[in-house]
Amino acid sequence: MSVGLYKKKLSLLLAGLILTLPLSLFAEGILPTVPKAKAKATAEYGCVNPVADMRRNHMKYLLHHRDQTMHKGIRTKKYSLAKCIACHVTPDKNGKYPKFGDNDFFCSSCHNYAAVTIDCFQCHNDNPKSAYSSLNLNRQSLPEGHEKFTSNDTLPSGDAK
Amino acid sequence: MSHIESSKNAALTRRKFLGSAVATTAGLTIAPGVLLFRAAQAKPAAQAVTSKVRWGLLIDNTKCSTGCDDCVTACKTVHKLEGHNRPETDVQWIRKLTVTDKQTGHVMSLPMMCQHCGNPPCVDVCPTGASFKRADGIVLVDRHICIGCRYCMMACPYKARSFEHEVVHDQSVSAPRGKGTVESCTLCVYRVDHGKIPACVEACNEAKHGAMLFGDLNDPESEISKRLTKYGGKEIRADLGLNTGVRYQGI
Repeated sequence: MSVGLYKKKLSLLLAGLILTLPLSLFAEGILPTVPKAKAKATAEYGCVNPVADMRRNHMKYLLHHRDQTMHKGIRTKKYSLAKCIACHVTPDKNGKYPKFGDNDFFCSSCHNYAAVTIDCFQCHNDNPKSAYSSLNLNRQSLPEGHEKFTSNDTLPSGDAK
Repeated sequence: MSHIESSKNAALTRRKFLGSAVATTAGLTIAPGVLLFRAAQAKPAAQAVTSKVRWGLLIDNTKCSTGCDDCVTACKTVHKLEGHNRPETDVQWIRKLTVTDKQTGHVMSLPMMCQHCGNPPCVDVCPTGASFKRADGIVLVDRHICIGCRYCMMACPYKARSFEHEVVHDQSVSAPRGKGTVESCTLCVYRVDHGKIPACVEACNEAKHGAMLFGDLNDPESEISKRLTKYGGKEIRADLGLNTGVRYQGI
């Protein structure tokens, strides 16, 4: 066998290996299994932005939105953490929601794998069912002397009921 | 926008005002001796808060009774503030004070919370910039930046701030809070941004006490400004020159 042919065969073999590698990794559970979101936020991307962009840049969007909300009172829903949770944290067969830190919790599924620690959920609630009802946003009656407001923007509804 | 409209309204004569109010019944409320015309809109979600508005509270102490803590309960319920049976260190965003005049024996009770100062000492001393005043006058702690040094707690003359000593679970979505940071009354900032009034004020009024009034101090047409103009309102520790957003009557 000539060296040239040997090289060709070897490269073919390697190419084949590389092609099948990702599949076998997923099959054997070496790469993290990321839970599917509840719904599509946008028809074209699935998430609010293309998935590849969200994977790479979600932390930047969240950080920026955090400061906008905290300091300027901008409460748009697109990069709201509560809205992420509402869509991405899904219940198991028994209707039980995973907690942050569990491998089947959306953020943890990847963060555990990558060993990147986040502290969002030391303060923020990780459960999408947590009530917005505490806001009493539906209450219409206002006491005498108070300006009647009309809210033209509602909170992210998610599955909070 | 609403500010501009309101100043236009202020220029109307009383006669014209009444005429137009009759013509447009919507948005008009007649309370005893008080006419309200303006229907304020919640700001659009994408719009930043501005200094055109300054949110404030007026507490009518003649209507606040000793032993009533409806405002405190509402605050604790809404923000899911839980204690650990340690009154010295448990978090409190609003508390009731009982003050006795030693000379006359007169006892009064008043709610005390963050006074949302115009010149807040907590903001002056914060080493990280976590303690800040929003453009609309609401004083807050950015707990993303807070390192828990508690300097602001020492600086506050009203003892309004608390430190969370324990791990917190199942927080309110609208009031995220956790161990190792300082917190205080937020004037229910998330409710205000959605065009609602603070929980304590709502509870006080629902229980028909009517001792608390929330509104825009910068708007001369708001009920709170009108009452303050007519009857005045005291600052607690006015000598410190902090220009508090919370004012009291009858103290």
